[in-house]
Amino acid sequence: MSPDLPKLIFGRLTLESLPLHEPIVVGTFVVVALGGAALLGGLTYFRLWGYLWREWFTTVDHKRIGIMYMILGIVMLLRGFADALMMRGQQMLAFGGSEGYLNAHHYDQIFTAHGVIMIFFVAMPLVTGLMNYVVPLQIGARDVSFPFLNNFSFWMTVGGAVLVMASLFIGEFARTGWLAYPPLSNIGYSPDVGVDYYIWALQIAGVGTTLSGINLICTIVKLRCPGMTMMKMPVFTWTSLCTNVLIVASFPVLTVVLVLLSLDRYVGTNFFTNDFGGSPMMYVNLIWIWGHPEVYILVLPAFGIFSEVTSTFSGKRLFGYTSMVYATVVITILSYLVWLHHFFTMGSGASVNSFFGITTMIISIPTGAKMFNWLFTMYRGRIRYELPMMWTVAFMLTFVIGGMTGVLLAVPPADFVLHNSLFLIAHFHNVIIGGVVFGAFAGINYWFPKAFGFKLDPFWGKISFWFWVTGFYLAFMPLYVLGLMGVTRRLRVFDDPSLQIWFVIAAVGALFVFIGILSMLMQFAVSLLRREQLKDVTGDPWDGRTLEWATSSPPPDYNFAFTPVVHDNDAWWDMKRRGYQRPLTGFKPIHMPSSTGTGIIIAGLATAMGFALVWYMWWLAVVSFIAMVAVGIGHTFNYHRDFDIPAEDVIRTEDARTKLLAGVN
Amino acid sequence: MTVAVHPSQTGEPVFYLADEHPHPEGWSTSLGFWIYLMSDCLIFAILFATYGVLGGNYAAGPAPKDLFDLNLVAVNTSMLLLSSITYGFAMLTMQQNKVAQTQAWLAITGLFGLAFIGIELFEFAHMIHEGATPQRSAFLSAFFTLVGTHGLHVSCGLIWLVTLMVQVRKFGLIEANRRRLMCLSMFWHFLDVVWIGVFTFVYLLGVLR
Repeated sequence: MSPDLPKLIFGRLTLESLPLHEPIVVGTFVVVALGGAALLGGLTYFRLWGYLWREWFTTVDHKRIGIMYMILGIVMLLRGFADALMMRGQQMLAFGGSEGYLNAHHYDQIFTAHGVIMIFFVAMPLVTGLMNYVVPLQIGARDVSFPFLNNFSFWMTVGGAVLVMASLFIGEFARTGWLAYPPLSNIGYSPDVGVDYYIWALQIAGVGTTLSGINLICTIVKLRCPGMTMMKMPVFTWTSLCTNVLIVASFPVLTVVLVLLSLDRYVGTNFFTNDFGGSPMMYVNLIWIWGHPEVYILVLPAFGIFSEVTSTFSGKRLFGYTSMVYATVVITILSYLVWLHHFFTMGSGASVNSFFGITTMIISIPTGAKMFNWLFTMYRGRIRYELPMMWTVAFMLTFVIGGMTGVLLAVPPADFVLHNSLFLIAHFHNVIIGGVVFGAFAGINYWFPKAFGFKLDPFWGKISFWFWVTGFYLAFMPLYVLGLMGVTRRLRVFDDPSLQIWFVIAAVGALFVFIGILSMLMQFAVSLLRREQLKDVTGDPWDGRTLEWATSSPPPDYNFAFTPVVHDNDAWWDMKRRGYQRPLTGFKPIHMPSSTGTGIIIAGLATAMGFALVWYMWWLAVVSFIAMVAVGIGHTFNYHRDFDIPAEDVIRTEDARTKLLAGVN
Repeated sequence: MTVAVHPSQTGEPVFYLADEHPHPEGWSTSLGFWIYLMSDCLIFAILFATYGVLGGNYAAGPAPKDLFDLNLVAVNTSMLLLSSITYGFAMLTMQQNKVAQTQAWLAITGLFGLAFIGIELFEFAHMIHEGATPQRSAFLSAFFTLVGTHGLHVSCGLIWLVTLMVQVRKFGLIEANRRRLMCLSMFWHFLDVVWIGVFTFVYLLGVLR
């Protein structure tokens, strides 16, 4: 056998690529492998594969895809949070000559993976999942505009997550920080596979995100039910629209900048090199032109959730609907005019820095308007402090602090002092946890009964809430202090023993958050067991205001037996107030899209191609690429992608609901 | 759609459509495809911006003046412009339901597209042969990437074109195929517009400066 043959087949993947010398990784691998084997064995034993394939993996139902996005986000949260715990532990221990327990090689991968996973594979799936689930219901539609594309988008996101997870056990992940700045991320300084994993994971997931953005824009623009003019759309739908506009108008930038970086790494071009005319700062500019809108992509839907929750749990119409919509649109536009504040220290001069400093501060105006709208909605309302509302109040308190430190950082001279310090870390965790994560949890607690027909257990929910919130403050307030004292980010060991106490407090905070996460898992488990006590048959457990509460919980495949007609902003509230009678007869067949396995197959091939490109297995890359194109073209030869749900099925489903409702009344 | 909003004859408000018609197939397609095209346009915008920033960094290597043969580029441009015209003819014959003529115009469009790609590859090979490789300088990296991305799009368009010709042959000019031909038409003209930008911004201005 020629010595080149293994190289031809496996590229640069060898046995040495497996991190067998890292006991922590090996231990994790053993646990994951055992857990994974148990899961796969269980699925096989209970013969669930066929069910999963038919009902979930190949589904084009926006509700199921939404739920799968949420599961992906929560699973990846566990991975991303494990990274956070390890960092907190390392920084707490590495004092007084101690090296801690993580070597530099491993530690650098952990902080990179933490950032990448939390943004791309936790926050994005949670936000996309909620939009996918809720938006079609809120606008009275039966599904999204392009149901197959929706399934495909989801599996591409999974493909990216799979590559990131694979990098833990096969090879390594990037050691560059979550945005992989060159020249560090270029081939000269990062010759190994880490950055390539980063590139292909984000490219594959990014295709999914862009397509899902196009899909949801079309859905909101074209599939609203009669009567729902733009200014009658629920605020969550509005923020989703703006978020998806941002996705479509920013993710292509990420795609291009990653393509250019991979050309530098694979072909040897000179975009971001230090010589031959390349410019690393070009990369930093481009990636933040995507990166700043990205933070609004995450937080705008959260703002939408808080708007729905505040109005529902205060029993009042949302205060200042119009101003809320305009604030959202203004934030959408302004988010493109601030990217340079991420690198004031680049040295672009006082006037450029002033411009971007001022635009950044201006964003706090529409955001502040939103905050007052929520407060005025609560003012003189009958506030019910259920879990969604608790998360909302925690958000309002926390986010204001994060917003104020943000305005502080927007002052260029202050930024020169605080740039890359732990103050910055504290700031963006303050807004992302306080805004996006709390928002996602409010949304989960709010819409869970819609998706499953029973509420989440409030006892464990409250335990989770209090541990999360106190844990957050314990973990990040010390970081503000440390940042003001000049401690920079991404450090592995420390010399000054007086700093240690702050890191200990932060680590205790991280443990609190850990208990919060465990309690949340407990909350899901307990709710599942107590589902009979927590059951809601009305479909409207919170006395809701928008259309998603007009149908049953969980909604039937077709969402609404008859397409609703809307007269008011709070359509369902209006229907209830004016004595809407649920129709009991006259059902007709309903036209629906059929399931297809094409999405998961193409995404699987894309993942294989990504893996092949990471390891230079050129034959596999070529084969999987050709297969992808072939499957894609093959799919276009299928002209029969829809079917009719027969009227009898609709009647059966609706009669069952009638019986349930009668049992309650 | 506005009809349904009005109260029914009895004066009671209407809260649902008792008699609805599902959205026609492809109801969202043209909007969706437009949005996709705009996201693609953004890809080109970033590549143009990159070329704008790095395009003057020759790193003591060849400059546009030394490399570009405007006559060749003019021929190439006319290939693409002609292909857009012939695609237009294909759409016109499609409106008149003339399958054979539509196919013929599509085939001619494909040949023009192929000629464009061929000339572009010839140009690239020539430049690389002269040592003006994408690795030589940031200017050349940006040049090859911008022009190459456009060429890649045209190549994808060609694969798409062939696929559609097979589908029209198999299933005729049915509604779904008309919609697909319309999408490809938009894609094809879009690439034409982008090429006008490349021609002006990269080639003409490159030779001037």
